[in-house]
Amino acid sequence: MKIGFYPGCSLKGTSREYNESVQAICKALDVELVTIKDWNCCGATAAHSMNRALSLALPARVLALAEQQGMDEIVVPCASCYNRLSVTQYELANDENLKKEVVDAMGLPYEGKVRILNVIQMIEKYLLDVIPAKVTSKFEHAVACYYGCLLVRPHKILNFDRVEDPQSMDRIISLIGGTPIDWGFKTECCGAGLSVSRTDLVAKLSANIVKDAADRGAKAIIVACPMCHSNLDMRRPDINEVLDSPIDIPVLYITQAIGLAIGLSVEELGLQRHFVKVNL
Amino acid sequence: MSKIGVFVCHCGENIAATVDCEKVANTAAKFDGVEFATDYKYMCSDPGQNLIKNAIKEHHLDGVVVASCSPRMHEPTFRKACSEAGLNPFMCEVANIREHCSWVHEKGDATTQKAIDIVRGLVEKVSRDHPLESIHVPITKKALVIGGGIAGIQASLDIANAGHKVILIERDPSIGGHMSQLSETFPTLDCSQCILTPRMVEVAQHPNITLYTYAELEKLEGFIGNFKATIRLKAKSIDEDVCTGCGTCTTKCPTKKIPSEFNQGLGNRTAIYVPFPQAVPNKPVIDKDHCLHYQKGVCGLCEKVCPTHAIHFGQDDSFITEDVGAVVLATGFNVLNTDFFPEYGYGKYKDVITGLQFERLASASGPTSGEIRRPSDGKIPQKIVFIACAGSRDPAKGIPYCSKICCMYTAKHAMLYQHKVHDGESTVFYMDIRAAGKNYEEFVRRAIEEDGVNYVRGRVARVYEKDGKLIVKGVDTLLGAKPVEIEADMVVLATAGVANAGAEELAQKLHVSYDPYHFFAEAHPKLRPVETNTAGIYLAGACQAPKDIPDTVAAASGAAVKVAGLFSQPDLVREPIIAKVNRMPPPVFSTCVGCFMCETACPYNAIEREEIKDRRSGKVIKTIAKVNPGLCQGCGTCVSFCRSKSIDMQGFSNEEMFAEVQALLED
Repeated sequence: MKIGFYPGCSLKGTSREYNESVQAICKALDVELVTIKDWNCCGATAAHSMNRALSLALPARVLALAEQQGMDEIVVPCASCYNRLSVTQYELANDENLKKEVVDAMGLPYEGKVRILNVIQMIEKYLLDVIPAKVTSKFEHAVACYYGCLLVRPHKILNFDRVEDPQSMDRIISLIGGTPIDWGFKTECCGAGLSVSRTDLVAKLSANIVKDAADRGAKAIIVACPMCHSNLDMRRPDINEVLDSPIDIPVLYITQAIGLAIGLSVEELGLQRHFVKVNL
Repeated sequence: MSKIGVFVCHCGENIAATVDCEKVANTAAKFDGVEFATDYKYMCSDPGQNLIKNAIKEHHLDGVVVASCSPRMHEPTFRKACSEAGLNPFMCEVANIREHCSWVHEKGDATTQKAIDIVRGLVEKVSRDHPLESIHVPITKKALVIGGGIAGIQASLDIANAGHKVILIERDPSIGGHMSQLSETFPTLDCSQCILTPRMVEVAQHPNITLYTYAELEKLEGFIGNFKATIRLKAKSIDEDVCTGCGTCTTKCPTKKIPSEFNQGLGNRTAIYVPFPQAVPNKPVIDKDHCLHYQKGVCGLCEKVCPTHAIHFGQDDSFITEDVGAVVLATGFNVLNTDFFPEYGYGKYKDVITGLQFERLASASGPTSGEIRRPSDGKIPQKIVFIACAGSRDPAKGIPYCSKICCMYTAKHAMLYQHKVHDGESTVFYMDIRAAGKNYEEFVRRAIEEDGVNYVRGRVARVYEKDGKLIVKGVDTLLGAKPVEIEADMVVLATAGVANAGAEELAQKLHVSYDPYHFFAEAHPKLRPVETNTAGIYLAGACQAPKDIPDTVAAASGAAVKVAGLFSQPDLVREPIIAKVNRMPPPVFSTCVGCFMCETACPYNAIEREEIKDRRSGKVIKTIAKVNPGLCQGCGTCVSFCRSKSIDMQGFSNEEMFAEVQALLED
């Protein structure tokens, strides 16, 4: 099966292991990811806090390229890219004038018909039936599935999962033999883009998340967002400074958890790249 | 040749400022069939009406067109005047040259011309009008009240005290409704049951009221004044005439762990049960879904211990039919359960409860005998959080409306908690405090100022459990959106008031309209608040929208007055603006071919089937449609559906309407 693929900048940089694990499980499960040629940055937080037109034109160009290259569905693993692309599609679909302005600016035809899937949606749509047969070593760990802000909000636009109490990753974890724990921070903010400018705030917010997960017996935190991952993983020394006693539970992408269950190696999944060592 | 009078009203300056009324009258005077035309400053005034009356007599007019305001304003006035002068009132038409002309156009020739055109249309119509007679429909002077909560109780008592018979049906084993579940009532803190139970008893004892509990409306046929209700009496599995209500059966029943509906699941009941001690009637029913006899064919203990042999396992549901003249809907409301709220634990935390559950905890007849104890471990909560607007006023939750009662009962709950747990700490999270009502604002101030309830203006984003505590994360918007976190022992959600289960189905059964939230719709939100759009069916209480007890009782009395008003008339007079199937001499009888497309199109079930029989042999010659004049609302849908043009609207026939339209289109 072939499906369009938009990696976005994070997957080429700070979250290479997310890209590696997405690619690895797709290969193992017979999904061919076709990268959009000549893709550009979605604008991320920077564009949409500075310039509205730009924040729409950048994702619109990605969607227009996907259309041009004959893709009717694309996978967008980064939660932020997924959010920006989906919001752009929604806003352009609901405002003809805006659409015209953006189309004029980017100089590409744009229909807005491409279906945008995040990794969880891609797994739910195509891989739920395939995975169980491929599981070689059950992922028998109690884990906290952490969804963060961007995957589920704004619900009106994304229309993905239960906005206050999402369940999709929990279901996938159960499917590969894991035990998703019930906890209170599934959709709390990790601090997101303040990672660079206000690391102290990120440390405080992320500490709440890590602590609740650990207190409730989670042996790992499962994420599907590069930003969440870097805040919970890379910023762990800062987090541990805030906490009374350090916590060393690792943070895995959902794709890495699936990869482990279907017998892929640590290197194939990029698990060696994490700051908090993965000893599962 | 007809003799038509045209009377052009100036309506002070309302019409005369933009329309040349004198010119309209002079022009109309030259129309075919117009015998007399004049204009006057206020045609609706007594001299104006006299002008019309005198002209009718003097010129022997057989039709009148009054060019004035909308017929919705003064058509009855002018028709009455005509009738007093001896003209059939339906030979008077109103040409609307105010709302349709003078008010919406500038002064000028074109405006005057439009007024002339409108008048010409009505002149053409009235020359084709036929005298019509009002319809008289008999009235069955007995009311059906559906729902035995405070609304149904009040409506029943008021109708019964006005001297009319009432059938009151209630689907639960006892009347009393939600009010019987409440602890104290705002703003006076008087005990709910103490003020309610005397009325329940009065209902049971009233000679004019027939009470059927454990009963539901199966079907309603007929029309205002002449309904036929089929009522399902659910099998109680006891013989009520023999049962003394001694209660031996309920104490012996071995199935004791059924969550009690009356206690909102916070206590248990047996399979044969009386919902609460003051129930009316105070006789048990067997819950077949939980009874061992019905489920497994064993037990039968109640049958053995009953001293009067009142247990009848073999009983089936039975049906009765009642002729009634009016129906009062008083089916009440419900509140959302905690499982509607993922952010507050999706119903998985035992100590997150609804306001109605809190009522049971605070009630002396409740599972804790009135002590505030949390459901999980029975401990007295030292910190309690009340969340107002749980679901209400939240379009994202699909409930944009205000549930109206929550602000007040939340203040009451916090107050009751402080009265019972003196060292306890209570916090209310609210959006706005809506305390519009007599002594309501004072009541809320009392909770805050005298009882020390901590009111925080802000929403709660999440509630989760940690180490036996409920962590409530909210925000204080009056302190610059400062996040607030409270480790509470118990959380009470003022969950949104919603339509009662089965409301939509009932509305469809009765042909009563309802809103998107399944609350029954009133005929007019301001001027006809207790009537529905279906004549003869009235609304009382929270089945219409969330209402507190005073509003519910007021609405119930209002509905009762409407019923009593209807019953005070000898018969029902209705305008003859209804559809009619044409009839002709034999051998045609009617052009109706009996396709009954009209039957499927009629929203009021007014189309009946009439068999035309040979007089001698009694053989059916043809079956044609017949309009029930009591049911027909004159919407005209059947007319447009009729393929053979056999149905026409009286007063708005195709001929009349086409003549009017053609006249309008003439240059």
